[in-house]
Amino acid sequence: MPDETDDVEEQVAAEQGTAEMDEPAAAEEAQADADPSAAEPTDEAVDEDADGEPAHLSDTEAKVLGRLGRELGEDILESASAFGTLVVRVKPDAWRRAAEVSRTDLQCDYLSFISGIDWQPAPREGGEVAGASSAPVQPTEMTFGTAGSAGRFQLLAVVESTSHKWGVALKTDLDEAAPQAESWVSVYPGADWHERECWEMYGVTFEGHPSLRHLYLPSEFEGHPLRKDFPLLARQVKPWPGLVDVEPMPGEEATEDGEASAEGAADE
Amino acid sequence: MSDERASEAERSRASTAERAAAAGVSPAAVSEAMGEVDPSIYRHLADAQMNVELDTGDMILNLGPQHPATHGTLRLVVRLDGERVIAADPVIGYMHRGYEKLTEVRSYPQITTLINRIDWLSSFANEVPFIHGAELLMGIEAPPRAQYIRTILTELSRIATFLLFLGEMGLQVGALTPAFYGFRDREHVLNLIEAATGGRFHPNFNRIGGTKDDLPWGWVAETRNTMKVVLDACTDFDNLVAGNEIFEARTKGIGIIPGDVGAGYGVSGSNLRASGVDWDLRRDGKPYLVYPELDFKVWTHPDGDSFARYWVRLQETREAARMVIQMLDQLPAGPVMAKVPRIIKVPVGEVWVETENPLGQMGYYVISKGAIGPFRVKIRSASFSNVSILPWLLRGVYVPDVITILASLYFILGDIDR
Repeated sequence: MPDETDDVEEQVAAEQGTAEMDEPAAAEEAQADADPSAAEPTDEAVDEDADGEPAHLSDTEAKVLGRLGRELGEDILESASAFGTLVVRVKPDAWRRAAEVSRTDLQCDYLSFISGIDWQPAPREGGEVAGASSAPVQPTEMTFGTAGSAGRFQLLAVVESTSHKWGVALKTDLDEAAPQAESWVSVYPGADWHERECWEMYGVTFEGHPSLRHLYLPSEFEGHPLRKDFPLLARQVKPWPGLVDVEPMPGEEATEDGEASAEGAADE
Repeated sequence: MSDERASEAERSRASTAERAAAAGVSPAAVSEAMGEVDPSIYRHLADAQMNVELDTGDMILNLGPQHPATHGTLRLVVRLDGERVIAADPVIGYMHRGYEKLTEVRSYPQITTLINRIDWLSSFANEVPFIHGAELLMGIEAPPRAQYIRTILTELSRIATFLLFLGEMGLQVGALTPAFYGFRDREHVLNLIEAATGGRFHPNFNRIGGTKDDLPWGWVAETRNTMKVVLDACTDFDNLVAGNEIFEARTKGIGIIPGDVGAGYGVSGSNLRASGVDWDLRRDGKPYLVYPELDFKVWTHPDGDSFARYWVRLQETREAARMVIQMLDQLPAGPVMAKVPRIIKVPVGEVWVETENPLGQMGYYVISKGAIGPFRVKIRSASFSNVSILPWLLRGVYVPDVITILASLYFILGDIDR
């Protein structure tokens, strides 16, 4: 039985190609297709709100951003494309609104994940004692990634549409002293566990979450392990050995001069 | 024991009544008819009566952390009213290894060792999105032959994972035989993976820019033969399990996930496709590996119950075997490794890579600051979200059905806890 249903569904999908199943979306898209200038000015306006850099967005990304921009307007702080993923940074006040707009206007019915980012570089504890020579060295100054950030902590979420096959990565800035954001649980029920994880790992409080309690860690656990200043004990007990195990590429002879020449090869 | 029998009697009576109501027969006539058909039913009804008097309401039952249906150490605290679950709370974290933290103090090539151990049944498939992400950031593309080898091994790990499921699902609902078939046939596939990569469970075979080695001599012919074995095994499972009346009775209508609810919880992969959502990242996501070049069908099932999940995985096993044969036919020659620097330094950037893994959507959000290791890696694993629907899904089901639902969702603890 299911066989037949599937065949029919697939045929329909194949025949329709890029055309959409549901009508309002199809109408909107037809409009966008027929008159590209209708959607583009919105995007450009949004992009100009950001730092004025030229945005290299694909057609789908431009369309998604256009729809988001129509609803969120000024609340979008910055947007950029990261290897085919549209990254949009919204104002902290608009965090839940962004989810609602994604769910309704973008028809992103699927919540992939919610997580946090700590942009502060990991401290090099005791100068050269445990940190500097022991870990893959990261820059010491605080730099931000795609779509920027206002401070140390950010929230990062990815939502996707199972019908339109598109998605968007949403970011928002958090207060450093008391990170806090609106909960998405009422929009996406799956946000429950993700926010619990984010709460215990980064110490982000979610307003409106039914029960923020530990997910992975024991309930008496103190600290927020994924913050960069939370020490990784294993590395302090036994420092990273360095790049001692660089294996030669297939067909390439292993050279005896190990790290010295390997360092040089990195620049080639 | 008496509780179980009583509830069975109640259930069978309830379902008979439903069927009768559908046929337009009054409940009184039903109980009368039942009495005539089988007088022994009264004994069970008496048990049910006693059950009410004893009042077993609000009992807390701990399922796991060592229950066989939990695939590792998932603890499920369920509040019971008799045989019915009022509320369920999964307790996870028994296997939390903090991979997201550990990735920050390792170099890119070292991280594949970690992510092999996320979903240990399909380790190879875990490596692919991470390596692909690093390659995107570096602007390296693996040669076509390497891409084909990766895709073949990904599909082989899908087959290995699903064959275990197809056997084990029978085991969970009380049929011992399919489990032996599942383990036996999976062994053929694991042998192939071992022959190509050197590892049965943790291949660690992907390198940034390609694969560690080329395929060994005779591997292609061997794989062709094995795919025939797999296709035969699927026919067996179709006849032995999916076509089994008892199996159908135990799984049909049990644990129904509507498509929109499932998506809201982030349920993905075969579980979501079994709810009628036609979404497969191999076809619909950003292009990766050689899937755009392949001709394959995405299977869905409209029901969303445990049986649908079994059925969809059965079809996907077949489809994967066909895909492997297809890829072997068009396997290109050439190198398996692109030119990459000996020390991998990944330029500054962010990338989100998601792939359709056997258990569902697997994704890595990699943030690089130009060092030899990533600054931050968010690991999005399929089972975490697939299991997060349990509190919603288990409300109101009977205890034996909890096991069916857990088995049909098919999760791996390493994939939940990371």
